[in-house]
Amino acid sequence: MSPSIAHQTLRLAHDLPLDSGQLLPRPTVAYETLGTLDADRSNAILICHALTGDQYVGTDHPLTGKPGWWTRMVGPGRPIDPARHFIICSNVIGGCMGSEGPASPHPEDGKPWGLRFPVVTIADMVRAQAGLIDALGIDTLLAVVGGSMGGMQALQWATSYPQRVRSVLAIATAARHSAQNIAFHEVGRQAIMADPKWKAGAYAPGNGPANGLAVARMAAHITYLSEEGLTAKFGRHLQQGTEKRFGFDADFQVESYLRHQGMSFVDRFDANAYLYITRALDYFDLAEGYGGKLADAFAATRARFCVISFDSDWLYPTAEARRIVQALVAAGRHASFVELASPFGHDAFLLDTPGLNDVIDGFLKAVEQNA
Amino acid sequence: MNGLSVRLQQVARQIPAGATVLDVGCSDGQLLAHLRDSKGVDGRGIELDPERVARAVGRGLSVVQGDATHDLAAFPDQSVDYAILSETLQAMDAPRKVLAELVRIGRRAVVAFPNFGHWRVRADLVLKGRMPVTRTLPVSWYETENIHFCTIDDFRALADDMALRIEAQAFLSGEQPISAWPNLRADHALFILSR
Repeated sequence: MSPSIAHQTLRLAHDLPLDSGQLLPRPTVAYETLGTLDADRSNAILICHALTGDQYVGTDHPLTGKPGWWTRMVGPGRPIDPARHFIICSNVIGGCMGSEGPASPHPEDGKPWGLRFPVVTIADMVRAQAGLIDALGIDTLLAVVGGSMGGMQALQWATSYPQRVRSVLAIATAARHSAQNIAFHEVGRQAIMADPKWKAGAYAPGNGPANGLAVARMAAHITYLSEEGLTAKFGRHLQQGTEKRFGFDADFQVESYLRHQGMSFVDRFDANAYLYITRALDYFDLAEGYGGKLADAFAATRARFCVISFDSDWLYPTAEARRIVQALVAAGRHASFVELASPFGHDAFLLDTPGLNDVIDGFLKAVEQNA
Repeated sequence: MNGLSVRLQQVARQIPAGATVLDVGCSDGQLLAHLRDSKGVDGRGIELDPERVARAVGRGLSVVQGDATHDLAAFPDQSVDYAILSETLQAMDAPRKVLAELVRIGRRAVVAFPNFGHWRVRADLVLKGRMPVTRTLPVSWYETENIHFCTIDDFRALADDMALRIEAQAFLSGEQPISAWPNLRADHALFILSR
């Protein structure tokens, strides 16, 4: 974790009421924008990031130096194009890339919030984004777009702020976390909390539970891939030719890959933030406030919806996307849904998946024409 | 004129400007796009094939991937003016069930299908003793998606059995509209039904 990076931030003018009943005092929201807001302020697209994503959707990441996480979708000539759109992406509250989170200084003593940070929900994240949108002088969003946890935020936007959202693109996502989703997250959280360096969340900056966080990432990363994808990439191949080493070092290539994923993750992510964001995901159930009837959650929405799933995604499988779509249809909304073919599992939304860009491009252009 | 086949044009003619429409088995959305662009029709579609769905969504249409047997259930009662089933009745697992769904969801149902009572079909069966391969039914029996053929009179009997009202009908022989002896002369039929 490198606190020295200067992110573009905004401090909300008001305290943020949370689903838990607590109040988050004037949180900071870190964000990036691309493109220019047009004169009638009608071309703004909010992109919501996934669990371990951040606001650097279209520009190089200041920490890793890698390209933005969705440059396949966002950029010149892409479906979401700064030449045409004013693109906003903000780090979620509870996160660790400049937005208020457990690693941020507590307003009273300047020390990291740690576990003093209140538990936040997907709706709380969206409430903070709405504060940012207000501050940017935008009333209505052309689209709210997101994959995975970002898709949940996009759906939440439509129900929380029905007047402010013209379209929703929810990709590789679900309207609730399943028992299996929660179970995998609990494994990750337990790995972090079992690391003695976690210290009940009160670790010093730069000296956190790196091993626990790496294991959490390794377990989660498996859920982002598919068996087919793993087999194609690694099979049973050994690190060193055909010689087994009869030990517990990373002998298989897939082990080495996962270890690398885990260790590189801890350089850019805060362990407590991982606890908070996974918790927010686990609490997500859009139908909860509507007697369990998802269609009722969409009753007041006005947006056009496009839901996309991937056939090899077992984290948020097509059945969950279908559940969203059936609820939208039952609520009489304008909804599109397509399951795209990809061997790459949940991560397909971040990759070059045939059809993905065309569907999104066509959907967005139609929304723009129906001004 | 608009790239639509004669048969789709015949369906399109039944839909008044500004209507709301659900096209069941909408393929890549050609009919829905035409209705939207020429008549301001507010359309939705459902289609089984993901590539066709992707093309339809890419045209800016509201189309969901799904099959008529299972995925129509979510659509509310009487929620559109017209529920269209064009060229797909005979490919349905359960045509009667789908027809019931059409008149539940739509205030009217538009059903268009190839007529298995056409004289060429009968001739193939009678003279050759073979399943017909014709203009409207170009695929051999072992490869065809069409598993539930019916004649115009069969369809009328089904509508009668389901107590549906036939509000209008139209028949084609090739590209020519016809009206006399349709069950023998028409290779294609269209009905508008309501409950």
